Amino acid sequence: MTKEQIKDTILEIIAQIIPDEDLSNLKGDIPIREQVELDSMDFLDIIMELRKRYGIEVPEDDYIHLATLDSSAAYLEPRMREL
Amino acid sequence: MDYDVLIIGAGMSGLAAGIRLAYYGKKVCIVEKHYRVGGLNSFYNLEGHKFDVGLHAMTNYVPKGVKLAPLPKLLRQLKLEAEDFGLCPQRMSVIKFPDKTLRFNNEFDFFVQEVVDNFPRQADNFQKLLKTILEYDELNLYAKLISAREVVSSIISDPLLSNMIFCPLMFYGNAQENDMEFGQFVIMFKSIFCEGFARPRAGVRQILDVLVKKYKACGGELKMRCAVTNLKCANGKIESILLENGEVLTADRILSSAGYVETMKLLNGYDSSKFNCHVGQLSFVEFILILNKEPAEMGYNTTIAFYNNSDRFDYRKPDDLVDVSSGVICCPNNFQFENPLPEGMIRITNLANFDLWDRLGEEEYKAQKAVCLEATLKEVVKFASDFRDSIIFTDIFTPKTIHRFTGRINGAVYGTPNKTKTGRTHLDNLFICGTDQGFLGIVGAMLSGISMANLHVLQKV
Repeated sequence: MTKEQIKDTILEIIAQIIPDEDLSNLKGDIPIREQVELDSMDFLDIIMELRKRYGIEVPEDDYIHLATLDSSAAYLEPRMREL
Repeated sequence: MDYDVLIIGAGMSGLAAGIRLAYYGKKVCIVEKHYRVGGLNSFYNLEGHKFDVGLHAMTNYVPKGVKLAPLPKLLRQLKLEAEDFGLCPQRMSVIKFPDKTLRFNNEFDFFVQEVVDNFPRQADNFQKLLKTILEYDELNLYAKLISAREVVSSIISDPLLSNMIFCPLMFYGNAQENDMEFGQFVIMFKSIFCEGFARPRAGVRQILDVLVKKYKACGGELKMRCAVTNLKCANGKIESILLENGEVLTADRILSSAGYVETMKLLNGYDSSKFNCHVGQLSFVEFILILNKEPAEMGYNTTIAFYNNSDRFDYRKPDDLVDVSSGVICCPNNFQFENPLPEGMIRITNLANFDLWDRLGEEEYKAQKAVCLEATLKEVVKFASDFRDSIIFTDIFTPKTIHRFTGRINGAVYGTPNKTKTGRTHLDNLFICGTDQGFLGIVGAMLSGISMANLHVLQKV
């Protein structure tokens, strides 16, 4: 996957978790949780969904890398490149 | 068999934890010693009548579309839809003391106005209390424990108003005698006053059915009539789990909803002197009356009434079998159902003393149930309609009944007053969820299972 595809995947996961939220204007460089109503339990589900779908393990200490769409793509790209 | 996670108890918290774990691919097994799911919130049938145990109403009700509240949070976590529980909102509930009545429904502003109208001199203080409540982070698992009585009495100067606020919050979710931990007070205040009551038309059965179906659809395994008799530990961990039927299971992690001391008692080498101080004391007796008509036909439209017959409010283990001076009168018919329930019903809940009930012989036990029913009815009709002539069937359960079906020491429905908020125990792979972890009520119980499953299993790689 490319970085763009990874971002799309994350957006799709977020849409699944909070289907009523409008995600079309989500900025890549601003923390996701500042832009949509996503609590810490919902945030955990993004990580769980990545594990469920792609077998990617994100250790607790690395959760901070998934704060924005851009940082998520940068962090995940080496692990998702081959997918 | 070897599992990623073994859950003890198929109540609200165990099932909710199970759904989370099974949904995210963990190999999970729930073992339940009863032949029925639900634990402290369950149901039974008797002579063609259907009865609920526990749930009078689901607290924390918010209409569909509200996002940042416990109920929608839990629906999202369990991948359920708002419609699944079929919740119908209440009509009107009341807190009745001898000279004052405060009504409340699911509109918080209505309750605020009731307080202002009835206690005009406390209006500013009440606003201050609301501010304190709204600013408090009740979900912080590491918060310092403070006394709610101290906080509230430092703000509200009229003890009557203070008692009237405490009454429903204590009856619906407090394990401590006379006082309450402030975090728990905030949780209960929001769940009852800021949010509200609702009930599925089919009662607790509907909620449990949805949870069991979801759990099984996610691939979870549920073993019924399957009590754990021993947790074998070595090197600071549980190594294996022995079941009553002789089967031995192993699991990486164990979540127990059986209660803290109840779980510790399953450990080999259990030393009672280490744990006994943590046992809960508060239990209840419930009188369930089937009526030959809808209570509304008698002009009784109240959903839930919290009553107290003096200005003092004692929330403690009574010195007698039952304390009828205060209690809860619940009318399951008085929710906004599309179709009426098949029969009229009133449920009366009073504080009760486990030891005294437990000591009675069989005949005396039966006789005392009838005596207590008469005593409570005499009190209750002062606060609700007199439905004594319309009763066609009654059933009564006592702390002894609760103990028998749930295994809770003293029949303590709200468990120990010393909650284990982080869920951790002295063993590396054993965690507590449910009543003794600390989120109470139906929604609280489910959130407890969810947050313990998240914290101790899913967040660990």
